Amino acid sequence: MHEEHGISIWFFIGSLLTIYGLIIVIASLPALFSAINQPHVVLADLHAGLWWGAILLLLGIFYVITYWPAKKDQPHSES
Amino acid sequence: MIQLCSCVPAVLLASSSIISLGWADVLIIVIYFAMVLGIGYYLSRFTKTGDDFFLAGRKMTMWIAGLAFISANLGSLELMGWAASAYQYGILAAHWYWIGAIPAMLFLAIVMMPFYYISRTHSVPGYLKLRFGESSRMLAAISFAFMTILMSGVNMFSMALVMKVIIGWDINFSIWVSSITVLIYVALGGLLSAMFNEVVQFVLIWAGALLIPIIGLVEVGGWKGMIARIHENFPHGDYTHLWSTLGHFRDNPMGINWVGIVFGLGFIISFGYWTTDFLVVQRVLSAKDLRSAKMSPIIGAAFKMLVPFIVILPGLIGLAVMPGLVGQDQAAASGAASYNEILPLMMARYLGPGLLGLGITALIAGFMSGMAGNITAFSTVWTYDIYKPIHLALTGKEVDDKHYVSMGRWATIVGIFVSIGTAYLVEHAASIMDYVQALFSFFIAPLYGTVILGMLWKRATPAGGFWGLLAGTLSSIGMWAWVRLDPRALSIIAGSPDAKAMAEDMYRALWSWLICVAVTVIVSLATRPKPEAELVGLVRGCTEIPSEGHLPLVKRPIFWAGVVFAAFIVLQIIFW
Repeated sequence: MHEEHGISIWFFIGSLLTIYGLIIVIASLPALFSAINQPHVVLADLHAGLWWGAILLLLGIFYVITYWPAKKDQPHSES
Repeated sequence: MIQLCSCVPAVLLASSSIISLGWADVLIIVIYFAMVLGIGYYLSRFTKTGDDFFLAGRKMTMWIAGLAFISANLGSLELMGWAASAYQYGILAAHWYWIGAIPAMLFLAIVMMPFYYISRTHSVPGYLKLRFGESSRMLAAISFAFMTILMSGVNMFSMALVMKVIIGWDINFSIWVSSITVLIYVALGGLLSAMFNEVVQFVLIWAGALLIPIIGLVEVGGWKGMIARIHENFPHGDYTHLWSTLGHFRDNPMGINWVGIVFGLGFIISFGYWTTDFLVVQRVLSAKDLRSAKMSPIIGAAFKMLVPFIVILPGLIGLAVMPGLVGQDQAAASGAASYNEILPLMMARYLGPGLLGLGITALIAGFMSGMAGNITAFSTVWTYDIYKPIHLALTGKEVDDKHYVSMGRWATIVGIFVSIGTAYLVEHAASIMDYVQALFSFFIAPLYGTVILGMLWKRATPAGGFWGLLAGTLSSIGMWAWVRLDPRALSIIAGSPDAKAMAEDMYRALWSWLICVAVTVIVSLATRPKPEAELVGLVRGCTEIPSEGHLPLVKRPIFWAGVVFAAFIVLQIIFW
């Protein structure tokens, strides 16, 4: 995104992924202790919510820090 | 069926659904809606001029333009329709992502983009005005506006159907909530807002859909395990080869041969859609310079090649783990599950709390990006290519830029409401995919014939362009009507009694393109060409294309186009 628009689009994306990652991790925690929480899910024992949520969370934090709006001199243009 | 969740207001819910939503799922969906509206509101302050509203200020980087380019195409039909088609036809459905997209996107980047960009046109019909005159522009603009609104209605209905099937939302509620959301953020920030949201939506689509094939492959024991299960479930059909079954119409579940795929899909429908459909071209026109404009479709092509992983693969995994799904008509008659619902069924199978909300958000994001793409393209073509020339002809005077921005916002509002009406019409259509394929071949294939001749052949005249476009479009509609009146006509159009509906679309596109080109050439040779001075910036041979010789190899679009094309060839060999 070009500088004129202030906040980078990647900051918005990072924020969203951070929030989503956090929600998914929290929502997946009960399944660690009881399989009854996800009766319809095949391969629930993989606990995909936990590790997928963690990946989104880490990715989101990375983008939020990298494209934090205060860093005006950060090059946001990729070309 | 699973019980309805008390987290969602009961008034919004229908009587049955595949799954229920937990608090985390609902929260994720609500945050998504808040985010897209927030982005629209935030960007509204940057949307002042016509260029801002209709072309995002022509300041987008190659990554924003490239991701928006691909995301605008990742609408409801992409996600739901092709997953269903993969279940119905097997891996042949991947042709629509590979030969049906990659060569055309690279061709747009390397060959056509310089003319679109250097001519400074604001739309594809706008290019036709510069190259062939007002009549060609008006014909293309009106047909495009018509098609776009229908597409938007298809998007809306598909989304509403998915929401009803998965979580039991009432169809009317889904249509109105999604439409009003898109209306607000597009009317506020125009193309800028639509493109930024498309990038967000692109990320969410991957975040929400990628887990399905990953867990699915774990369940079936990897790729080889999946192939073995499909062969076990369907011993009399070949669903797992991309090219080797295309020797004859009867050798594959699609009922098509390689000529239809290579020439009908690969060279006509695909090139027509990716190089002349303003819905996607508009995103690239917003790029900040010519190199970014050329790189955007190449970036889009690289990601497009990967989309089968989240769309086609779930359909194939469905063949392995859920045999017995039937077509829509049979499902309606027997009460069995339809393969049109394969993607939500796979979501219900693999995704737990939170992930389900993310998966549904991915679908909603896909639907909304497609809808926003249609609406922004419609408002631009309506304002610049239909309203502006008519207003000028009637009043004889130019008006200021603000007037057109205002008209663009009104066109957005009206376009949304016409789309809503279309969605209710589509509700009664027998097959959504056939409907859209028919639309493509009516307008897109002949338009591609006109534009490509206009760009590459100096001798093409305004009269040739107009009559070629008209003849191609009418012949396409004529062939479609012929088959509806007499189904035996299909064997004449496709050249085989074994041809099925999909082959009809491919061959109709091929014939309408050939008729368009033939009429354009004949009429052009019989009429007076434009002076070369008037073709500068519009036609190859009359336009100086800026050299990229001074750039290092890794910054040249042609290099990356070569890399993407090589990867495309490797994929064809792997899945042959």
